[in-house]
Amino acid sequence: MDISPVFFYSFAAVAIAFSGMVVLKKSPIASALSLVIVFFCFGGLYAMLDAHLVAALQILVYAGAIMVLFIFVIMLLNIDAPSLDTMRAGRLGRFMIIALSIGLLSLFIWAFKETTPPASVGAFTPQRIQEAGGNTRVLSELLFSEYILPFELTSVLLLGAIVGAVAIAKRRST
Amino acid sequence: MDTFDWVATAVKILIVLVPLLSVAPVMAWVERRGSALMQNRKGPNRIGPLGLLQSIPDAIKFMGKEDPIPGHVEKFYYVLAPLASLIVPFLTFAVIPFASSMTIDGRVINFQIADLNVGFLFILAVGSLGVYGIIMAGWSSNNKYALLGSLRSSSQMISYELSMGLSVIGIVMAFSTVHLGEIARAQGEVLMTLGPLTIPKWGIFIQPLGFLIFLTTAFAETNRLPFDLPEGESELVAGYHLEYGSMKFALFMMAEYMNMAVASGFIASLYFGGWQMLPGMHSVLDVLGLSGLTFDIVRVAFEALSFLLKLCFFMWFFVWVRWTLPRFRYDQLMDFGWKVLLPLSLANIFITGVMIYYRWY
Repeated sequence: MDISPVFFYSFAAVAIAFSGMVVLKKSPIASALSLVIVFFCFGGLYAMLDAHLVAALQILVYAGAIMVLFIFVIMLLNIDAPSLDTMRAGRLGRFMIIALSIGLLSLFIWAFKETTPPASVGAFTPQRIQEAGGNTRVLSELLFSEYILPFELTSVLLLGAIVGAVAIAKRRST
Repeated sequence: MDTFDWVATAVKILIVLVPLLSVAPVMAWVERRGSALMQNRKGPNRIGPLGLLQSIPDAIKFMGKEDPIPGHVEKFYYVLAPLASLIVPFLTFAVIPFASSMTIDGRVINFQIADLNVGFLFILAVGSLGVYGIIMAGWSSNNKYALLGSLRSSSQMISYELSMGLSVIGIVMAFSTVHLGEIARAQGEVLMTLGPLTIPKWGIFIQPLGFLIFLTTAFAETNRLPFDLPEGESELVAGYHLEYGSMKFALFMMAEYMNMAVASGFIASLYFGGWQMLPGMHSVLDVLGLSGLTFDIVRVAFEALSFLLKLCFFMWFFVWVRWTLPRFRYDQLMDFGWKVLLPLSLANIFITGVMIYYRWY
């Protein structure tokens, strides 16, 4: 399916505008809420690429769970703009950040202009995914057959993180 | 998409949107009369038969009131919050199937606005955004009670969303699909026959534990009693919508009732056969002895009616529970979510796996 240019450019423009807001807004909550809108636009872009599962997970995990936790923590700790002033970078640090950002941006522009997409198309074309029963089914079958080991290792990693977090919290309270 | 598809989609959107918008006034009446019934009072009984028209003056009052914005609020997010809570139920109802398909002119129409292959994940994804309306309202109000309400709501929603998602996994395993349309269709099969009784393969019969967990979490996600801590009028005055008045407050109420409708529709299509006809309707359809297009239209009407009746039952159930149970305390709420519901929903997945392994489904 071809991406409708109207939707692509409106999602992209909103995403860029609100990414700017994330950086520029003084209040942490406003920044966080702007980031939610950025995630939404990404979800829209994924959905237009026919990757409905990725779009749903993007919204479910990032916008629905992680950002809610972020906002919860910001509200709970009552972080406001003045308390962030002490964390501002010095003049050298600012120069480094700007230089790095410009470098990264030019790398992206170069990559888009100079490289060509791969000539051979992978095994999963939109038609074949559609025939196999939609990308939710295809993805879950792959995850639980070919990629079962990395998948399970990832969950062990997450379990380790949870146990670690609980251990740290417990040590501090006693 | 050609003209036929556009018209079909527009008609389906109208069929869903109009009842969804009128849910709030109807439910406001049901709630007030229902509470009066349970508390041995009369309730609103002056305007119209049984006070049925009471919602019209209520709506006029909401719209006619002055709508001031307090000076101490964050204006942008304060105005955005009621809209954010209202968008969520509108979006989620799009994937709930309310009747099976019918063929007109050789074209198949599915009675589901958006047939996404992510199915119920879409409902969970968009439903998880409902908390933003509450967070924005609480934070932008610059009021400590409102902030407390929204803090409570964000922790409550995160805690109960986990169990909600995990309890649906059982259904997905049993029917091996995430498509809500296919889940509703699969529930038409016969599970077992007990003499004259035919028990269909409804979700509740094969996933009773999953159903109980889902029902409980649905109450928490819609912020209804016994889980209405974000509002908690006896401790937080009115919680997150304390600083709102007139139509903005009414939008929050509409969002709450519409969320109830979405939750009821979701329960009905996952656990009560969705649009599968209620017992007896098949024989009525046989007696009518129709054929061709008329038969199809009557069949679809019967299916939509069955879905609507199931949905209405759960709407009433929400009201029923609200005026029966007291509110949880905050620590009880957290303990219940993490120490009871989460292990139970994990156990449900395990039991379902064992049953599928021994082919009991």
